[in-house]
Amino acid sequence: MTNVVRLDNVTKVYTMGDQRVEALKGISFTVRPGEFVSIMGASGSGKSTCMNVLGCLDVPTSGEYRLEEVNVGKLSRNQLAEIRNLKIGFVFQGFNLLARTTARENVELPLVYAHVPSTERRERAMAALAQVGLADRADHYSNQLSGGQQQRVAIARALVNDPAIIMADEPTGNLDSATSEEIMGIFQGLNRQGITIIMVTHEPDIAAFTGRQIIFRDGLIVSDAPNSTPRLAAKTEERKS
Amino acid sequence: MTTLLQSLLIAIRALRVNKMRALLTMLGIIIGIAAVIAMVAIGSGASKMISDQIASIGSNLLLVIPGSTTSGGLRTGAGGTPTLTFDDARAIKAECPSIGEVAPTVRGSAQVVFGNQNWSTIVIGCTPEMLAVRDWPLTSGRNLSPSDVDGATKVCLIGQTVAENLFGSADPVGKIVRIKKIPFTVIGMLEHKGQSPQGQDQDDVIFIPLTTAQRKVFGSQFPNSVGAMMVQAQSADVLKKAEDEVTALLDQRHRIGPSRERDFTVRNLSEILAVSEQSSKVMSLLLGAVASISLIVGGIGIMNIMLVSVTERTREIGIRMAIGAKQHDILLQFLTEAVLLTTCGGVIGMGVGVAGAMVVSKLMSWPTLISTQAIVIAFLFSAGVGVFFGFYPARKAAGLNPIDALRYE
Repeated sequence: MTNVVRLDNVTKVYTMGDQRVEALKGISFTVRPGEFVSIMGASGSGKSTCMNVLGCLDVPTSGEYRLEEVNVGKLSRNQLAEIRNLKIGFVFQGFNLLARTTARENVELPLVYAHVPSTERRERAMAALAQVGLADRADHYSNQLSGGQQQRVAIARALVNDPAIIMADEPTGNLDSATSEEIMGIFQGLNRQGITIIMVTHEPDIAAFTGRQIIFRDGLIVSDAPNSTPRLAAKTEERKS
Repeated sequence: MTTLLQSLLIAIRALRVNKMRALLTMLGIIIGIAAVIAMVAIGSGASKMISDQIASIGSNLLLVIPGSTTSGGLRTGAGGTPTLTFDDARAIKAECPSIGEVAPTVRGSAQVVFGNQNWSTIVIGCTPEMLAVRDWPLTSGRNLSPSDVDGATKVCLIGQTVAENLFGSADPVGKIVRIKKIPFTVIGMLEHKGQSPQGQDQDDVIFIPLTTAQRKVFGSQFPNSVGAMMVQAQSADVLKKAEDEVTALLDQRHRIGPSRERDFTVRNLSEILAVSEQSSKVMSLLLGAVASISLIVGGIGIMNIMLVSVTERTREIGIRMAIGAKQHDILLQFLTEAVLLTTCGGVIGMGVGVAGAMVVSKLMSWPTLISTQAIVIAFLFSAGVGVFFGFYPARKAAGLNPIDALRYE
């Protein structure tokens, strides 16, 4: 099977004034379809930069990044936007939902930019919300939802375009441990359906839920090991919380 | 199309969030558009009033008046000596092909008496052509006839102001009035004409046959002479040609040459009309220009608020970009918002402007003309202001780096 993600000696150098900051010093790894990978490291280790590159928000300074065999480094801003729209689903630490907008409209947003007609948009958004157990909250405004619910809306938004990978950036960073486990349960459920997930975290207990752990330090990968016994999230889906 | 609709919905929502701010931002445009609409309406109303007054003199008219003469080294002023004659008028009528009608006149003032009422008015000796040339119908009675002129009969046409002062509400036709003690039968009453462009009451007048005026009322020292002639060209197109024909003919009849100064003047009344129309156009234009400045100021207000809005919503822009909004999607979103602001302001401003113009016309009893053209232009202009002043903030939003925008607090 072909790889979903292949990084080949990727570097990323930022120049701030006179200073050159090497955020990534040449990293290579591949992700196969259906994997659940966590990327770990202290702050400044380059894991966020790697996330930006993987999420097509940024392009490598050198080296090659192929997403589903497409060389992303050669694409224009608008082409990157299209890749993000169709192949990547983002889940952020701060949820990043639009305020004063209902859950359903938030989930529909990627479809709006993909020019999907409105009736189809509505159906697919409702299906995605149902997948994360929030179908009954579709018409609530995002600021009326709890943190856990907001993050589930964000996951539904990431799912709705049927992306190649879901990129989660510290998805549990703003949540308490019970809700964190709930969210990890949803990720594990999606992963069992065959969805590829890459998650950045600095918490080892959260990384323990994943099937493979990549550890960054100073812009390099120091460890890349499968986790043969991932922790299973308790099946307590307290939907009405 | 769907994206445009989508960005319209987003824009409406964004504006609803900050209703007060949206309204205040619009205020500049509202005032600007209202000022433009009201100023143009009042300006074109005033210009219509002026041209109506000028048209009341009659259309396509040339005025031939006696010029100065020199006798024994003394020059008289224009019109000082009656150099034009009834024969000149007849000759113009007969020999100038571009001429419609000619109305020679003599004028003077006289005391008019009826019963125990008396009134000082302008008495004009003229021919039957006068009414056609001045485009002045009668409300009752009949016009002067050629035989009245040939026979120097003592009949007269009476203006509204004179009739009111001498007869009150009674019908003057058939009554006998005394002009300089000579009895005249009133044979017709002139329709209301109103003020002349100089502000004179044109209805304060009595028309009598030209010959009667020359021989019996004013007893001119130069028999057969006339004061001024109104010459009507056949159409506006041949007005200039008519002017040249009349000048040439009178030059020939008066033996005007290099050694002899021209003793008459031909004036084109349409030129006066053109000049006054020009000046009122300039006035409208100036008023419009002043009003447009407030539109520009309003536009700058829009730009300012849009820049603030882009900064405030940096994170939202980041989210939209991360999930696939392209640069032109973001550009369109903010541009739509700016245009929506200005066009809403434009529509409200139009309402205010039209209402303002109506109030002014009521209070000042000025006519106002609200043209659909001005409204359409104002609307397009307000949309244009939105595009122009919204473009820079929108481009700034579209140019944001998604990573930085997402991280923005």
